Amino acid sequence: MLPRGSGGIVALGLGAALLAVLPLFVSSYYVELGTYALISAMLALSLQLLVGCTGLVSLGHAAFYGLAAYTVYLVTPANVGRSILLTLPLAMLVAALAALLVGALSLRTRGFFFLMVTLAFGQMLFFLFHDTKLGGGTDGAYLARPLLAIADWQLPLTRRQRPYAVYYVALALLTLMYVGLALLLRSLFGRVLEGIRVNEHRMQALGFNTYRYKLAAFVIAGLLAGVAGHMWAMHRGFVNPELLGWHRSAEALLMILLGGLTTLHGPIIGALAYTALGEVAQSITERKLLVEGLVVLAVVIALPKGLSGIGQLRIFRRTAATAPTAKAGPAEARADG
Amino acid sequence: MADAPNTSAPVLATRGLTRRFGGLIAVNDVSIALRQGELHAVIGPNGAGKTTLVNLLSGEIRPTAGRVELMGRDVTGEPAWRLTRLGIGRSFQRINIFAPLTVLENVRLSTQAVTVPASGLLRSASRAGDVIERAERALDRVGLAAAAGRLAGALSHGEQRQLEIAMVLASAPKVLLLDEPLAGAGPEESQRMTLLLKDLAREHALLLIEHDMDFVFAVADRMTVMAEGAILAEGKPEAIRANRAVQQAYLGAASPSSSREEDRGRGERGGGQ
Repeated sequence: MLPRGSGGIVALGLGAALLAVLPLFVSSYYVELGTYALISAMLALSLQLLVGCTGLVSLGHAAFYGLAAYTVYLVTPANVGRSILLTLPLAMLVAALAALLVGALSLRTRGFFFLMVTLAFGQMLFFLFHDTKLGGGTDGAYLARPLLAIADWQLPLTRRQRPYAVYYVALALLTLMYVGLALLLRSLFGRVLEGIRVNEHRMQALGFNTYRYKLAAFVIAGLLAGVAGHMWAMHRGFVNPELLGWHRSAEALLMILLGGLTTLHGPIIGALAYTALGEVAQSITERKLLVEGLVVLAVVIALPKGLSGIGQLRIFRRTAATAPTAKAGPAEARADG
Repeated sequence: MADAPNTSAPVLATRGLTRRFGGLIAVNDVSIALRQGELHAVIGPNGAGKTTLVNLLSGEIRPTAGRVELMGRDVTGEPAWRLTRLGIGRSFQRINIFAPLTVLENVRLSTQAVTVPASGLLRSASRAGDVIERAERALDRVGLAAAAGRLAGALSHGEQRQLEIAMVLASAPKVLLLDEPLAGAGPEESQRMTLLLKDLAREHALLLIEHDMDFVFAVADRMTVMAEGAILAEGKPEAIRANRAVQQAYLGAASPSSSREEDRGRGERGGGQ
């Protein structure tokens, strides 16, 4: 799950640095696209705690993400932004409570049934907003974006500056989330999740009440999805029921698959690649989903460990052992996706 | 006269323990008592219900009727994880380990399960020295200390059996339930295991399921013979050897290990319910 040795940590640091300087070189359109990619990365990363770390495949994860976004909407009076110090903890709390409820019930099932029950709960929450006037119904609703404010002091941002500020807030939160999860996985708690993924039955025989551990992981994952959902509301100033829908949940799973199931940084790479892929596909074809699907399929077949496992590809090993060959070229292009 | 009956209170006892699977009575009205310092072997032909009995004692499955008492306390129907924490340790007939994890991690998890309270779970796993030390002692005990850093899946079959025992010992149980710990082991490994089991029997209440009759008669202090889910006979090895009903039902039959696979399949079905 975690990078081994100094090489991996250096690579992660370089990746973070690259993301940090990106806004200096691209137009504001790409800064906003980048923010969206970072939000998706948070969503995928939070889901990885369940999928890659614990072996729980949920199809309802976006419900907590959307719920957090709607929480921001519901506590924001018309046209007046609330402080992020109020909206963020509140969004996390609501997402975590919902995850506690959904997890407590769905974790009584396993495997395929767990997938279906989480899907059902996700769709229930989707229709809660889709079919009621609670949050503007099917069309969604606009809200004043939360303020980057501490107590009474507010960051003095112009309209032009705001997207940049939001980008860095998202990047900071993603970094925090990664470091927090890395520490969690190194802890005794993280080792239990690993054991559950490998052989849950044996963990029970060893004396672990696996249900409680899985529920704890589910709540943490929901809470972190809440951070991502909050960032969405902050970024777009708009909520709609699709945020909670199964399509978004499936997208997060695809990002994990694309980036790699076996690493913690995989979902981040996957989310960035998926967002870039969507953008490229949209610019060259009207059948965006078809192109996306084919590329994801190709990557998953060619790279069982996702894009984060690209260094273990045969051609890379061979080039490392012998002289560089021309074959490395196309593979690198694929990594950029 | 050296074999005066062990009259200490049983550590683990069952009364009228019964388990049905549909129309089949896998375990029928079984009452046994495991005592401290005693190696209690359970033998019986294939399909006699031995593995189901272990599954009932360890909490893998719930009994249909009857009681299980651990040191006088009623623990009937408690889940496996709680029984492990209360002091019942078991090994599995089919090797059941964490193949992609290291040998040490397999054992460390076992120690962690019973020693680390919820409040200590956020400690770094690589710095939890007390947990690691206990796990290393258990590995040392079964002779696997040198393999601590290897992946469990890369061990030989016999070594994996030893690892199973180390995982049981690492939780410091009061009762050991060992389901065919010698299955598939070579002669050298069997010898090592025999010594280990004798040693362990001194400190624990030990229930052993085994097909190798020579081995069972050599190590058992007490034996229970099961047939078709019920107890056919119980007593000291000499008495069992002399028992006519046992001879007819089991010892007189063809080689007991000839159809071991059948029994294995049955045991699994029991465990899955």
